[in-house]
Amino acid sequence: MTAPDQGAGPHAPSLSDYRKHEQSITLAPVEQQIADAQTADTREELLTLNFGPHHPATHGVLRLLVTLQGEVVRDLKPVIGYVHTGIEKTAEDKSYWKVIPVIERMDYLAYYFNAMAFCAAVETLVEVEVPKRAQYLRVIHLELNRIASHLIWLGTSALDLGAVSIFLYCLRERELILDLFEMSSGQRMHTRYFQVGGVFEDIPRGFEPKLREFLEIMPERADEYGAILNSNEIVLQRLRGTCPLDAQTLLSLGVTGPLLRAAGNPWDLRKAAPYCSYQDFDFKIPIGTVGDNYDRFAVRLAEIYESVKIIRQALDGLPEGPFITEDRKIALPPRHELATSMEALIHHFKLVTEGFRVPPGEVYEPIESPRGELACYVRSDGSSKPARVHMRDPSFVNLQALSHMVKGNYIADLIATVAMLDPILGGIDR
Amino acid sequence: MTSSKVRARGTRRVPDATGLELIARELRAEEGAGGGAGAGSPVIETVFFRARATLVIEPARIRAVLARLRERGYAFLCSLHGVDHHPDEPRLGVIYELLDMGRVDRITVKLRVHSDQPEVPSVFPDGEDGPGWPTADHQEREVYDMFGVVFRGHPDLRRILMPEDYEGHPQRRDFPIGGEPVTFTHNERAALGTPK
Repeated sequence: MTAPDQGAGPHAPSLSDYRKHEQSITLAPVEQQIADAQTADTREELLTLNFGPHHPATHGVLRLLVTLQGEVVRDLKPVIGYVHTGIEKTAEDKSYWKVIPVIERMDYLAYYFNAMAFCAAVETLVEVEVPKRAQYLRVIHLELNRIASHLIWLGTSALDLGAVSIFLYCLRERELILDLFEMSSGQRMHTRYFQVGGVFEDIPRGFEPKLREFLEIMPERADEYGAILNSNEIVLQRLRGTCPLDAQTLLSLGVTGPLLRAAGNPWDLRKAAPYCSYQDFDFKIPIGTVGDNYDRFAVRLAEIYESVKIIRQALDGLPEGPFITEDRKIALPPRHELATSMEALIHHFKLVTEGFRVPPGEVYEPIESPRGELACYVRSDGSSKPARVHMRDPSFVNLQALSHMVKGNYIADLIATVAMLDPILGGIDR
Repeated sequence: MTSSKVRARGTRRVPDATGLELIARELRAEEGAGGGAGAGSPVIETVFFRARATLVIEPARIRAVLARLRERGYAFLCSLHGVDHHPDEPRLGVIYELLDMGRVDRITVKLRVHSDQPEVPSVFPDGEDGPGWPTADHQEREVYDMFGVVFRGHPDLRRILMPEDYEGHPQRRDFPIGGEPVTFTHNERAALGTPK
């Protein structure tokens, strides 16, 4: 704003009183007030900010008590439990095969993984062999679910960083996966497809071509996501070099999964201790170098390609054979047998009313979920209901690393870090 | 693909039954002779079940046992969770799942405490007897919340999943399912006991 020109000629427009008054206003008193307030005391002053539980950037009902000094995070305490639904307690009141639907609702983006961990634990207890075809079908669905989970993570995270359209693209591809789930099990989410001893049903006709179509589309689309985000200056500024944490600290905090791999530790249970025939497939473990937010982003994006590779191999090598164990004490007899066989009818009746009994003992069965080591601890007392089911959820354990990551960084980096942490509150609170 | 069945068996690399006995014997020799807080062997029994190795130990010796296992390579605490053996006593159990990432080796450490005095030393903070396990922070709070096991030495032992003013420990086996009044608008006064 320039000062009015006093020496203007007679043709200069004369100012109204209002304009004169407006131009006489300066910001000097305000600036003086700001300068007075900027003493050492106020610069040191801490502010506690309540962040959440209802906030779009917390990815669920997560509450963070953030202590700020200016814009810098000095301390952070997560407060959780808002969506605690007592699933572990509910599971103790249900027979083993009825536990699967409730346990799938813990980590609601990785429902196949929840079911897999529980089924694997029960299969170890009852010592039932899972047919090869069932293992391959499980791998196909697990990896599809991993891609779906990463797509939701990518979409919502990009949304937090200000990139809106990528969210729509990610949901568009996730829809293709949900259509496939609907084909194989009749449900889009919480499919209850995995059963103790195998899977619920064989894949229907038409599933394979549709899946192959998806496998063609997905890598191209992932290329597009990379092209969009890797050339977006805002995204790069907010991810590169922000909130790194070294592998040693992550290990002491119990962090696993993409967060640990981003820091350069190639720990992946699919490679380290293969379960469910993962040793048959050729795939790589993407790892990062410095463990900052960009590495966390890059590792998950690269995992989408590896999952596509695994699915393609599983589909090509899908063996013939039964899709669920033929042990009639564990799995339901096929429908056609019920019309002809009395014995099948008895087995069906026993399984549906009481369920199968499991020998007493306790096992801890870990698998690699999209977020890290997901493990199910099951204790059996010999009855047809579990005496204790505990899910070691990676989101719950990884959340402890958040305060270590963001201390000393700006609050804007906190948003990016929560997004890259990928916490699922259903899994944290169970 | 032909060898997958063999490899699938071979991949579950936990110490075998003999290996577990060796670890138990070494722990008995190292810890039992030392005297100190509690003399005698810290290992009560060894369990080898479904190709999984478990050491059942004296509750008071947990920090020392975990430190010894850390020296052996079991440096990653995967999980810490509780279990209730109702109606047997000692009733409440705490389970520590350890992992050796180098050798892909797992071992379970378990302890059981009486429900009259459910106290276990916390493994979370660093102490005179060596560094702690930072991952145990939230997990010990969850076991305290759900089972009422008190972890002595934990700097911030509060409820984590249940509300702060909640009474009882819901994962105990004698805690009923469905005892909670469900509040809707039409019954919230009666359910919460607030006067009209």
